[in-house]
Order: sequence, then C-alpha cells, then structure tokens
Amino acid sequence: MAVKLSPNTVKKEFIEKLEKLSGQNIQKCFQCGTCSGTCPMSDSMDTPPRQILRMAQLGLQEDLEKSETCWVCASCHGCNVMCPRGVDLPRVMEALRQMKLRKNVNKIEPSEIPAETIKDCPQIALVAGFRKLTS
Amino acid sequence: MKIIYYPGCTLKTKAKNLGDTAVAAMSRLGIELEELKRWNCCGAVYSLADDDLIHQVAPVRVLVRAMEQGGGKLVTLCSMCYNTLARANLIMKNDEEKRNTINSFMDEEKDYNGEIEVVHLLSYLKDEVGWDALKEKVTVPLEGLNIAPYYGCTLQRPREVGIEAPGSFQLMTELLEAAGAEAVPIAEADLCCGSYQIIGNPEAAGNNSAKIVSAADKAGADALSMSCPLCEYNIGKKQGGLPTFYFTQLLALALGVSPEECHFELNHQSSFELLKSKGIVKL
Amino acid sequence: MCDASEKQNIKVATGDRAILPEGAKTIPVYVMGKKYEVPETLTIMKAMEFVGFKFIRGAGCRGGICGACPTVYRKAGDYKLYFGLACQTVVEPDMFLTQIPFYPANRAQYNIEEIEPVAESIHALYPELFRCVSCNNCTKACPMDVEVLDYISAIKQGDIERAANLSKDCIQCGMCASRCMGELPQYHIAQLVRRIYGKYLQPRAEHLVKRVEEITSGKYDKMLDDLMAMDKEGLEKLYVEREREPDMSEPGRWMPEDTQYL
Repeated sequence: MAVKLSPNTVKKEFIEKLEKLSGQNIQKCFQCGTCSGTCPMSDSMDTPPRQILRMAQLGLQEDLEKSETCWVCASCHGCNVMCPRGVDLPRVMEALRQMKLRKNVNKIEPSEIPAETIKDCPQIALVAGFRKLTS
Repeated sequence: MKIIYYPGCTLKTKAKNLGDTAVAAMSRLGIELEELKRWNCCGAVYSLADDDLIHQVAPVRVLVRAMEQGGGKLVTLCSMCYNTLARANLIMKNDEEKRNTINSFMDEEKDYNGEIEVVHLLSYLKDEVGWDALKEKVTVPLEGLNIAPYYGCTLQRPREVGIEAPGSFQLMTELLEAAGAEAVPIAEADLCCGSYQIIGNPEAAGNNSAKIVSAADKAGADALSMSCPLCEYNIGKKQGGLPTFYFTQLLALALGVSPEECHFELNHQSSFELLKSKGIVKL
Repeated sequence: MCDASEKQNIKVATGDRAILPEGAKTIPVYVMGKKYEVPETLTIMKAMEFVGFKFIRGAGCRGGICGACPTVYRKAGDYKLYFGLACQTVVEPDMFLTQIPFYPANRAQYNIEEIEPVAESIHALYPELFRCVSCNNCTKACPMDVEVLDYISAIKQGDIERAANLSKDCIQCGMCASRCMGELPQYHIAQLVRRIYGKYLQPRAEHLVKRVEEITSGKYDKMLDDLMAMDKEGLEKLYVEREREPDMSEPGRWMPEDTQYL
C-alpha cells in the first residue's frame, strides 16, 4: 500500500489519543509481522494487524477508520504474548473499537439478532459480543 | 473443607455440565465448592481501554462479594470468568489510582484492595489436591480414551494471569492422565476458537473452530477437553465433528460420579456415544 | 430551620392536605432550578401543589403504589443523586428536584399464552440484558429499594423464580432504566419475568382451585341471593351481630359457631 506522507496526513492528535486509550507506545513496533503471523483471524481481516499498527504509527486516521480489522479481532491475545517489542496489540484494537463505539454507534444490533440465535447462544457469547461490538 | 466458588452465568444454564460436575467431583475429593451467595456477571471479557473503568466494576463487585463471604481464595472454572476476574483483581492490587476511582464509584460497597486470590480449578487441583492424591480417588479410570487438552485463549493469556506459561498445557494433561485417559497434545491447543465473533463474524469464528477440530482429529484424539463454555459452544456445538467434554465432566466420571449427574445430555450426542463405545459408561 | 428534636417530631407527611400545622416553618426547595418556600412537613407532591404546580399527569394513586410520580433530587453540597416518590417523600431544606413522570424504555411484544417459560425466552425478547455492566446504578435509583442489579443478574443466570421474587416490589416507575449504563429496560424485563413465573412456574394454591370450583358449582349462590333480598336494616343487623375471629387468635384455630356457610 503506497502512502504519501505530509504534515496534513499525519494526524498527531489521533496518534496521541490512540496511545492514551490503549496505554501503548505504538512507536515501539518494528514491523516484524509476528502479530499478523500469529493472528487466527487475519484471514478474515481487510488489513492485517501489522499494517494496522504501521498505519497507526503514521497517524493515518481515515484509513484506520475505514478498516474493519478491529471488529474482526477476537481479543485472543495471541499476538500480545508473541510480540518481541512488548506492544499490547489487543489494546490498540480495543482503542480503535472504542473510538468508533463512543460515538453511540453499534457494530452489531442486539435487537436484530434472530431470537433462535439468542436462545441457542450461551450467555457468555452475548455478554462478550455486546461488550466488544456495541456502544 | 470449603472454598468459595464463582460459577458464572452460563454455568447455571447451558453449561451445567461444567458447573455441576465440578461441584460433584470436588465433593468426591472432600472439598465443598461453596457458591457465592450473591453474584453478578463478571463481564466475560476484560476491558482493554485504559480509561474504561466502568467495565471493571462488574468483576470487582464479584470480588467484593467474595470478600464479604469470608475472603481468601475464590475458585472459578469458566476460562473467561477466570481471566476477567483475575485481571480486574490485578488492577485493584497494583494500580492505586484506578483502585481509588473504582472504589469511590462503588460507594455503596466496601473498599476492595485486591484481598481475594482468584484461582482456576485446574491450578487448585494441582496445588491443593495433587495429582497423586487425585489418582488414588479415581474409581472409573478413563482407559482407552484419547483426549486432546484444549486451553483456548484465556487460561494462558496474557502472561500475568495465565494458569501456566503460553504454549504449556501441563495442568490439563496431568489431570487427564491422573484420570486414566491418554492426553494427546495438539499445537492448536491455544488457538482461539473465534470467541465472541460467533455473533459478530460467525464465518471467521467457524474457520478457527474447524482448524482445532481437524488438528485434534489428525493427532488421533477421540475428543477435546476444555474449560470454557464459549469454546465448547463454538467447537462442540457449532462446529462439531469431534466429541467435546469439559475437563470437570471427565474428572467427575473418573471419580465415580454417575453419568446422569455429568449432564452429557448438554454435550453433543457423539460425546456420550464415545464414552459408551469405550466401555467407560455402561448402559 | 428547627432544632433536631423538633424536626423529628414533625418530619411526617400529614396526609393528603396542604394545611400547615401550627408553628410549621417553611423551607427553601428548588423545583427545576427555581427556588420556592414550602412548608417543611409536606410531601414533594403537596409542596409543589402548594406553590402552584398542577399535576395533570405524573400523579396517580398518591399512595406510593402506582409509580407515576418519581422524583429525582440532590441535596445541597452532596454529589449523590436521590430518588423518591413525590407522594411519599417529605421535602428537605435545599433539595433540588425534578419530576420524571415517564422515561422511554423498550418494551417487547409477546403473547404470554405462547411463551415458553424458560429464561431463554426472556433473553430472546430482551437481548440488551447482556449489556448490563453491573454498575448498580439501577439499584441506587430505585425508590422502592428493589435490588435491581440482583434480579437482572438472576435473569442472566436463568433463575426466573429468584428474579420474580426479588422484583416483587417494583412499581414500574422506570428510574432504573433512566440510570442504566447498558440501556436496559429493567422494569419491563422484570414484569415479563413475573408474568412467566405467575402463569407457568409458581406453585398453584390447591385451596384456590377448590374454592373456584365451589363458586362455579353454585355453592354460594343461595347465600348471596339471601343477602341480596335483605333490606338495609336487616343487613346492618347481620353485620353488627356477625361472629368475628378474635384479633389475636392463633392462625387456623378459630372456628365460628355457625358453620352452615362453610
């Protein structure tokens, strides 16, 4: 992915907010790609985790907002325990989700889930899913 | 001997085969799992945003209840409950600023400062009972049963709350062996089952579960053993293809708890069929 | 202001009247931000009427049961929110209050005749139940001291009986929903729970079935007809001379001498 960088494209405030919400220093990442290699969900992501982190380092707010990757992350922490730089990537994904959810929008609508699905699901799936995917 | 026990919501309904079998098995070992008298949902997933303390309130409230009921150790079985409670407990132990904020928000409760020790049943069995002592109590050895221990994510990750180091599956392996079964290692034992994506992105979740089932099958396992109702739902109920058990069901069975009390009706039908075909349960 | 002992004596709502007891003082309260001087013995509702408010809606039974008149208030210098029923809560000096006669909350459509009496039915009608974060704001907001979080937890845990019993005192005022972090309509969920419990799960009272059978079979028709045929004086005499169970008699021990109507 070719990206042109300029003072206008690098959203510094966005980087600061992301670092604050996630509690992570995202500049520590040296782009080894272990996260993408470890991620069990990366096949279903539009942008793999390593690239998400690179985009974050460069403050590409709009591209990150367009990506659906944070919604596919299952918070499994596989990347987290493998990262040689100690970046807690699940926290970065959570920060990206929260930035969207805090505008009172949902990724999934509880009322639109078919009754049969809810009756079949264990409570744990609904609680966890709603926490991660609703505002 | 008594120990305070937090079941979690799913263990009271769809995963009675996890909760009830643990209570039955432990009583055979002379230990009473004494359920918290008053408890709420732990929140299932730990909140990862640094400023989001409201989602820590649920697990902390559970810990307050445990303190009210005498304190000490709090045993859990559900991997996700364990993870959420243990991590919230770390905040309350180690982060003074967040602890104060949470305590002052929960102004109707006693202040909590991390007094409770959150323990997963697997750790408790190893440390407080011991595999040798357990072996002595086995009356129905699970001979001929090849079981792949499956941990999923939340028993091991992140490291600070893991019941053992990532990549090590010793506790459940030793438990299965003590119960007389053959443990079949699989590299996918800590691959995520897809977790809550079963409602967000079921297809992606399904792919993961399929990988786990196929790995266990290839390794020659008859079934998977697990500790989490969400893993069991994704891998056992939604995916299928290989019988799945909760480790507590296998433990209970080995300790002589009757098959009826093990709630195999809540597992996939193939799970009970397997036990019959191996002659472990007789009809 | 009056001293503490004096205040204790008069801090009682004196019925449904805004007549000042002799010597009663007035105190300042703030209704929707505006200051009013009101007699200190009154309930919030009577105090508001005293200063000229008229309740067209948001007042019902005036007896603490209907749930129409919830008030939310703060006290000067105190960060906490307090909740009460305007018809029951006595005014305090420097309270800042507003009425919340209605709070929007999702109410599911269902046919109670067709519902399967299991927790999953409730979960499917109100999936937002699983958005609860256990913040306990609902319990803090309840003017009836219902343990709202506990009954919500019980529903999540599939314990319909416990949830029905814990929510019995709910008067459907909606204050729980007004404070809910997860946007749950707790009181509607609890109502569904009690309906399912009452219709399908609660143990039936055997004597009730027997009594209904007796009534429908006409056992009491003659007695009622006799009463209907009596004149006023006759009824009065019968009433005054009726046999009465002594107030403190042991339950189940007393029997009337005339047993022809049993």
